[in-house]
Formats: sequence, C-alpha cells, structure tokens
Amino acid sequence: MRAATQVFEGGFSDAVLNSQEVFRALMDAMANPGRIMLVRDLVNAPAPLTPVMAAIAATLFDHDSTVWCDRAIAGSTAAMGWLKFQTGLKLTSDPSGAQFALVHDIDVMPSLEAFAKGSSEYPDRSTTIILQIAGFSGVEALTLEGPGIENATSFTPSNLPKLFIDQWTANRATFPRGVDLVFAGRGALAALPRTTRVSRGEV
Amino acid sequence: MTELATYNFAYLDEQTKRMIRRAILKAIAIPGYQVPFASREMPMPYGWGTGGVQVTAAVIGPDDTLKVIDQGADDTTNAVSIRAFFQKTANVAVTTRTAAATIIQTRHRIPEAALQTGQTLVYQVPIPEPLRFLEPRETETRKMHALEEYGLMHVKLYEDIARHGHIATTYAYPVKVEGRYVMDPSPTPKFDNPKMHNSPALQLFGAGREKRIYAIPPYTEVVSLDFEDHPFEIQTFSQPCALCGAKGSYLDEVILDDKGGSMFVCSDTDFCEDRQAKGHRGHLSANPAEAAE
Amino acid sequence: MYVAVKGGEAAIRNAHTLLADRRRGDRSVPAIRLDQIVEQLALAVDRVMAEGSLYDTELAALAVKQARGDMIEAIFLVRAYRTTLPRFGYTRPVDTGRMAIERRISATFKDLPGGQLLGPTFDYTHRLLDPALAEETPVETPARRVEAPEQTPRVTDILGQDGMIEADGELPEGSETGDLTREPLSFPLERDLRLQALSRGDEGFLLGLAYSTQRGYARSHPFAGEIRIGEVEVELEVAELDFPLTLGRIRVTECQMVNQFKGSSRQPPQFTRGYGLVFGQSERKSMSMALCDRALRARELGEDITAPAQDEEFVISHSDNVQSTGFVEHLKLPHYVDFQAELDLVRRMRAEHERRDGETSDTQEAAE
Repeated sequence: MRAATQVFEGGFSDAVLNSQEVFRALMDAMANPGRIMLVRDLVNAPAPLTPVMAAIAATLFDHDSTVWCDRAIAGSTAAMGWLKFQTGLKLTSDPSGAQFALVHDIDVMPSLEAFAKGSSEYPDRSTTIILQIAGFSGVEALTLEGPGIENATSFTPSNLPKLFIDQWTANRATFPRGVDLVFAGRGALAALPRTTRVSRGEV
Repeated sequence: MTELATYNFAYLDEQTKRMIRRAILKAIAIPGYQVPFASREMPMPYGWGTGGVQVTAAVIGPDDTLKVIDQGADDTTNAVSIRAFFQKTANVAVTTRTAAATIIQTRHRIPEAALQTGQTLVYQVPIPEPLRFLEPRETETRKMHALEEYGLMHVKLYEDIARHGHIATTYAYPVKVEGRYVMDPSPTPKFDNPKMHNSPALQLFGAGREKRIYAIPPYTEVVSLDFEDHPFEIQTFSQPCALCGAKGSYLDEVILDDKGGSMFVCSDTDFCEDRQAKGHRGHLSANPAEAAE
Repeated sequence: MYVAVKGGEAAIRNAHTLLADRRRGDRSVPAIRLDQIVEQLALAVDRVMAEGSLYDTELAALAVKQARGDMIEAIFLVRAYRTTLPRFGYTRPVDTGRMAIERRISATFKDLPGGQLLGPTFDYTHRLLDPALAEETPVETPARRVEAPEQTPRVTDILGQDGMIEADGELPEGSETGDLTREPLSFPLERDLRLQALSRGDEGFLLGLAYSTQRGYARSHPFAGEIRIGEVEVELEVAELDFPLTLGRIRVTECQMVNQFKGSSRQPPQFTRGYGLVFGQSERKSMSMALCDRALRARELGEDITAPAQDEEFVISHSDNVQSTGFVEHLKLPHYVDFQAELDLVRRMRAEHERRDGETSDTQEAAE
C-alpha cells in the first residue's frame, strides 16, 4: 500500500522551474567536468533512488527516452513504479541500446564497453550513465584535463567503477564515440564527458 | 502577458525542453559535433533565430539576465523582438550590458568585452554545416565528418588563394574544435573567431530550420583553418571608431551622404556606449574637444 | 555630431499597429467573420489545415483572416500553434475504404463498384467570371444520393485482388511509424516519413515537381487509378477500452496513382503505386503528392535516380514552405556585419588589382 502511494508522490513541486534548476546544474557540470554542482532536495523518491538521481531522472527522462536500470533499482517495485509514473520512460534490459543508464551499485555495474557508444556518424546516440556515489570527498584523487577545464582540475569521487582509469582510457580512445558519466552524490552532482582525460593523483 | 498567458514558461512545453536539453548535454560532450534535434515551429520565422530561441528557452530560468544582440547591437529590430519575446514568456530580467548578462543570445557577432565564467553565449545559426556549400547532401557531409575527411574544405580555401591571393572567406570562417570537428561559427565575421578559443564562457549554437544543436565548452581549443604560408588573419580597420575612438573593435560602415562620405562606428553598441560613458571620444562624437584623446 | 539610430521597439510597435489597420481595411466595410471564411473560402481553409498539419476549420479560418489571406503566413500561424499542443497519442490509420464519399473518380475504369461520382468539382465548369457572384444570389439545393454505400472498394484493392498491382508498402520489420514533427529527419527516409513530409509540403512546390515527372524528368507513366474525397472517422485506441474510441470525422482527399509496371525473371509484371492523402479537398495537392511519392520510390524500386523529383534529400529538404519562406525572407534581416567583412575584402582585392595593373603598365612602358 505504501509502495503504491509512493509512486504518485515525491515528484517536483514545480515541474517547470525545478527541472530547469536541475538541468542547469547538469549543463554546467557537463561543461565543466569535475566541477561539483549543488542540487537542492527537490524530489522524494522511493529507495534506492536518491534525491539527486531521481531529480536527474525527472529532469531528463520521458517517453522518448530509453533507460537501462541496474539490478538494485530495477528490482525495486517502488522505485520502478515511481520512475514510470513520474517520467513515462521506456525501459530496456539492453545497456547497449540505452540513452540513459541508472546505476546504484557502481561496484557490480557492467563495463563501460557494454553501453551504447553511438556510431561515428551519430556519436550522440550513446548512453549517458548516471552513477550513484556517496559524495565528492573521496580519498583517491583524479586529475582531469580537457575541454571545459582550464589547465587541470582535481576530482575526488567517493567511489568509481572498477578499473576506472583503464576503462575510461578505452572510452576516450574511441572518440567521438563513447559514453558520458554523471555522478550523483548527496546534494550534488558532477560529470565526466567523453572528452575528459583522466589520470591518477592530484593536480 | 495576457496574449501569451496560455503558453508555458519560456514558451516551449516541457517535453520539448527535455528533448532540447538532452541534445545540449550531448553537444557539450562532443564539442563541435552537430546534434540533430526535433526543432519545433516557433512563433517567429525559420531563419530568424528559431534555433537560438529554442536553446535559450530550454536553458533560461527565473534567475537569469538575458541580453540579445543582432549585428552586435541590442537595438536592432530582431534583437528587440526576441528580447521582448523572452520578457513576455519568461518574465526574465534583461540587460544590454554584456558584463551583467548570464545568457547572451547573438546573431552574427561575439561581444567585444571578454566573456566570463558562468556566462552562456547562444548563437543563432542559419546553416550549421560548414561543408554544406561544398557538398549539399547531408548524407555525404555526415560521412565526411565521421571519417574526419576535411580535404574538400582545404581545397576550397586553397582555391581562394590561387584565385585571389587570399582566403576569400570573411565571415562564417570554418574552425576546427579540439582537433576533431570542423565547425561553422555561424555568420560572425572572422574577426570574432579568436574569441571562441579558450573562452571561459559556454558557447551553444542553435540551428532551428536545419534542426541541429552544437556546442563549445569553456576552455576549448578552437582553431581557424589556415595554411602555413597563408596563416589566418582577422580584419583590421584603418581608423578608430568615430564615436568612442576604439581601435581594434569591429566597425560598421555608416553611409553619411551620397557622395561617398562614410564613417566607421563600433558594431558592438554596448562596448561603444560603455567607452563613451567612461569619457572616450571619437572624431565625430558629441564633444569633439575631447576627440584628441 | 552623429547619433546612432535607436528605437527598434517603437518602430516594431508602430508597424504592428499599421499592420492591424491594413488588415481591417475600410472600417465601413463589415469585418469578415470566421464562419464566412470557413463556409465560403473553404478550400483556402483546407490548404491551411493540410500544410499547417492541424485539422481545425475555425483556427485555420482565423489564421487566414489574421494573415490577410497570405496562405503561407496562415499555415505558419497554425504550425506555430500546433507545436505547443500536448500529444495524447496516435490514432489508428484512417480507413478510406469506409469513407463517406462526396466525389470519387477513376481514370482507369469506365465503371466500377461504387460508381463514379463527380461531386463538387471545378473540372467541367467553364472558367468564365460570373458577375452574378458579385452580389448575394440564391443558390439551388444540390441533388443527393438516396443511399450511400457503407464501403466503397478502392481501385487499387480491386486491381490487387489478382496481383495486377503491388501490395500496399510495408515498413521494415520491427520499425514503428515515425513522426517527423517529433524527431529530426535523417536521410535516407522510409516511406512513412516521406509521405508525412509530402502531405504537409508546399502545394506549389510539389505541383511543379509532379509536372516535371510528366515532362520526362523521371517519367512514371501514371494513371489516376482513383481520387476520392469525403469524410473518414478518426479513431483512437484507449488502453482501458476494448474498442477504439471515435474522435470525430475529418474530410480528406486520397489519390492512388497506378504507375509503370515492373517485373523480373522471378516476379511477374505488376503495376506500381504512388500515394497521396491530404486534409480537406485538394485534388491538385494529393495528385502531386502521389506523383512525387512514386518518383521518390526510385531507390526502393531499383530505378536510376536522374531527376530532381527522385532526389529524396532535395525534395524533402525543400518542400516545407514554412522553412523555405523563413530562410528566403531572413535576407531582410540586417547583415551589415558580414557585408562589411565582404566589402573590406573586395576593397582590398581591388586595391591589389590596381597596384598589379600599375606595375604591369610600368614594366610595359620600361620595355617599350
């Protein structure tokens, strides 16, 4: 019963202005890789969806978007019900056919290679992967360089997909094809577009 | 407000905004690549800024301050019309001051004053495909971009040199973005091309009729195509602005009489007014006594 | 002293006031009402609905009035309104076989089930201006069919029974019907999107292209298999109901062209098709559409692409009059920044030219 009512609740209180606010955070994050953009708690979605991840979903998804969800999210009737009701998204079980992916358990996610990278004629037909992480004050620092970054910047997500540097180097090697990442932390988000060069260590 | 009261904030419906927003994110992730988007009919004609208007409408929020220029000027009729559209539909603050704007929608110019971090420049683009006049077919140009096959463009530029002794392209001068995509900067004079390189501002390009969005993130390499023996050069003017005395700004020629008399004034009206307010004078300005400055 | 021109806002305001004044015209003449436009300029309303892609006679009439009779401007007004409307779903395909027919002719068979029905056509009128129409004159009540059949088989269905004509086209397996108003076109197109583009394409542009196919630029040996005009039901499937919901009736014009046969060693010869379907009553448009559709099927039918009408990217990219008019007319906008750049270059090149000329004549003089 609780799950059923949850589905209809917790969306944006002002769909127009809230989604504009979240989109600007996403746009600025994508334009400035590694920059931490604060996001207010604008939605209240059933677990395991966090407010930031759910707000991103509510901002970008509708019945024209094909979305892949990892097992933690897909296995929650309440979370899936909320996503379907609030956004109307189209679900897919094939990550290589997804425009977006929602990943709650970063440790057991498929390799980046498994997602859509677009074609060389349409590199935009690729997956934007939204990764749930705890926050942006991790212990291991990455150095980011590339478009959107003046010189270089440090990025310290609390956790990363396995063998991330190798995976990301492989992703960069196929440019302009490739996936783009959005990290959803607590109250904040950041992005790594496919153009960003990543290396270990602080700037 | 009443006549448009039934329309959504910033005119576009939310579904359309989401579609445009998704395209913008991809455009930023692939600098210089033209992302196809399902451009909508807008209440102004195709070719009059519908792409820029759709991009601005998808990005703008109540905290933004909008500046709209056409030919560098805030008071050209189409700039006035587009600014009024957003005042009416989004009720946002507007400004003519480049430094005070968070979003600047432009047709044919980049402001003279250096743009800042946090500003977004939205270009209105008529023909987004830099290769279009060499190859009219979309199916072909798409392949050329995919294969990074830009020989045709170099041949065209080199033919100019052979025929005229110069590269004869003066506006919409092609650039290469981040060493990968050749991109049309919209019909800005090539004078403005260097401003695109490593700009702290985000640059978004909207082509409504041609249904394409592309972008240059901040701090991105933008190089104007050229040859070792014919390096890229920008226009220079032999005289300063007649109103503010600026040297090194882009000037419009104003015809004063039918006997060949003309004067040159800054095309960027805000830049020019700002200089005049700070006391700079040109030889035809209100107080010629100070013109000596 | 020079003062830069200002006052764009006031100029625009004044222009709009003047436009409204001219739209209204002489105030002693009664203002035209929308119902008058709907009833008496019905074909103008139909064209606005067809190319505006919105079936609403009253809105189309309003657009015609607001545009002072400028059809493309009216179509633009309707399009700009249409694009803001929410989308509830897609209707089932209309069944033109069940059309309530007002006019139906076939140029391929003298008589056929359902008969020929001339209907409200200009075809056999003598184009003599009728001075009586300048005044309000009484109009006779037209004769009506006593009993209209519920279903009238289409000529192509009749021909198709023994395989004389190819079957209706089908989309590749697994593909959904596209919607050109929601997704950007990417060439090459499937026929569904091409037909959508043609259906809202400019009547004049398609007419010219269709005409060109008749003059040898991609000749297709067309026969007007059938043209029918009438009302069809529009039905929507609703998830909760087990029968389709009828939303209403719309008037459409359908044209089925029967074209040049084709066959191969494996397949016996059969006629091919060109199809046209538009809102309202417009035979010219639906016939042009059918001829263009057939020409554009060249790739699919393995024909050589030699003529403009067969060139999909050329035809579809330039058939939309709202796009065309916007871009052609945008040349009215200021271009002085670009022009200045060109002016500067031409001046420089002329100066260099003169210098070179001077040098050559100098050397010539020296040689002499």
